[in-house]
Amino acid sequence: MVLQTKEVVQQFGGLTAVNRVSMQIEDGQIVGLIGPNGAGKTTFFNVITGVNTPTAGSVHFMGEEITGIPAHEIVARGIARTFQNIRLFKNMTAQENVIAGMHTESQANLIDAIFRTKRHRTETLACEQKADELLELVGLYAYRYELATRLPYGHQRRLEIARALASSPKLLLLDEPAAGMNEQETADLLEFIRRLRGMGYTILLIEHDMKLVMSICENIYVLDHGELIAQGAPEEIQSNPRVIEAYLGKEG
Amino acid sequence: MNSIYQALAKRQGLVQILLLAAAAVFPLLVSNPYVIRLSILSGIFIILSLSLNLLTGFSGQISLGHIAFYGIGAYTAAILSKNFGLNFLLCMVAAIVVTALFGLLLGLPALKLGGYYLAIVTLGFSEIVRLVEINWMELTNGPLGINGIPKPALFGIKLSSPRAYYYMCLLLVVLTIVVIRNILESRIGYALGTIRGDENAAKFMGVNIFRYKIMAFMVSAGIAGLAGAFFAQYVTFIDPTSFASDQSTLVLIMVIFGGIGSLPGSVIGAVVLTLVPELLRSLMEYRMLIYGVVLVFMMLVRPEGLLGKINFKHIRQRCTAEPPDGKEGS
Ligand SMILES: Nc1ncnc2c1ncn2[C@@H]1O[C@H](COP(=O)(O)OP(=O)(O)OP(=O)(O)O)[C@@H](O)[C@H]1O
Ligand SMILES: [Mg+2]
Repeated sequence: MVLQTKEVVQQFGGLTAVNRVSMQIEDGQIVGLIGPNGAGKTTFFNVITGVNTPTAGSVHFMGEEITGIPAHEIVARGIARTFQNIRLFKNMTAQENVIAGMHTESQANLIDAIFRTKRHRTETLACEQKADELLELVGLYAYRYELATRLPYGHQRRLEIARALASSPKLLLLDEPAAGMNEQETADLLEFIRRLRGMGYTILLIEHDMKLVMSICENIYVLDHGELIAQGAPEEIQSNPRVIEAYLGKEG
Repeated sequence: MNSIYQALAKRQGLVQILLLAAAAVFPLLVSNPYVIRLSILSGIFIILSLSLNLLTGFSGQISLGHIAFYGIGAYTAAILSKNFGLNFLLCMVAAIVVTALFGLLLGLPALKLGGYYLAIVTLGFSEIVRLVEINWMELTNGPLGINGIPKPALFGIKLSSPRAYYYMCLLLVVLTIVVIRNILESRIGYALGTIRGDENAAKFMGVNIFRYKIMAFMVSAGIAGLAGAFFAQYVTFIDPTSFASDQSTLVLIMVIFGGIGSLPGSVIGAVVLTLVPELLRSLMEYRMLIYGVVLVFMMLVRPEGLLGKINFKHIRQRCTAEPPDGKEGS
């Protein structure tokens, strides 16, 4: 088992954003997390990635408890994420953004840096090479020297994924990766996520694009008002009356 | 203008060598002690603005009290060399260590505070340091200052001619540039860049924000302390007036003028803003007025500073690589 959460609760003052959510993700799975706006999906990501310590419950990753561990240590253990609203580093190029994501992959300390020791030099070369490979993977190699903010929106989303992959994660959390993408870009993204699975990544994704979720996720969790209201294969979810009600209720 | 930057970026190595060569032969061509003195002063301000830029420009932590580290370095070197007869090299090392520790001390509250609050804390810190310098008579001799600080000597040879000081200063400037550049080009530089860019995203890159902020404070303080140690052994007399907070503001202005986050910018900023007031000396009381007008004009025309938005590494990379799709590049 890659990820297991047990009865996770996250309260903000009087608001219960996530209420007793238990989830299990097996190695190599692509799991979807859906639900209406404000359901608590991003908050759940925040708990897993160490932004918030949950009010109650626990999170286990690769068999070890990671509840309440600081965010940067969780990255080092192998969980990387992207953001609902893109958060690339503005004054860095595409390549630099990806290299920034490799912090946990290298060891050079202040002394190595100042004296440019062998360790520093080998690591730097390796990082650049790996960054270029990742940029190639997401189809942005030609843009590697462009400032991240100058890339078109769809490219920025892919760059965020490349940056998340830079830390060689075991589990990848994608928060609405298709948001703002046109149909073609979404289709490409779908293809790309399938490729990632082929490469051995385990993926948990939040997405509002139902077509995308239903076609790649083997297991889907549905949140509404912080509660887990359904869980299962895409076909089960599509016909689940509670899910339909949650979505229609919101729209109506 | 863009083509000038491109030309410079492509020949960066050559430009650096030429500048260094020019700086090296300069005192051989010019023997006017006043000019040499001004050059050394510029050198000290280059070191100070580079170190402040590391902290404020590259790590995003505002400091309005940078001169305090300079002062601590100066007093450390002065006391150690005068009262304990320590060799000037050891004095400099000691000054770096002591100021770096004060950097740690100031860095700790900085972790909880950002922006304006940090600015106030650093300002307060430098006031405290100044008050200690004025009032702790036994240690600092108060407002009277410390005089007769021994001049540097190596293997019994006095290094106290203006030229010797000039070359020592040049060496320290080059050392500072190399050290800061090496740090910035390493994974530590990337880590600082993520903190400056978006602290909330930085931690998801695996960056231990606590550690890197402290590191930035310590390195920045240590380098300012080195400048202070050199200053003390150069002028051989220090008193608290050299380390008042208007000097902090001056260094900050140099950094902003040259461009936040630009190393060449800091060098230019420090040199220009050290020399301009001197060149205007003949205009007497209009001097500071003109100085102010130049700054205001600069901020209106180029709020990011001279080189604030010019990243030579990016420019060089873009000219050497093929442009994407042939349309996107510029
Ligand atoms: N740090 C916080 N402090 C207070 N309230 C918060 C915080 N983070 C989230 N919330 C609240 O928790 C609830 C769940 O928000 P969350 O962002 O997790 O929803 P979501 O499912 O991701 O929605 P969307 O689809 O719009 O992204 C919202 O009511 C939100 O206002
Ligand atoms: Mg969300």
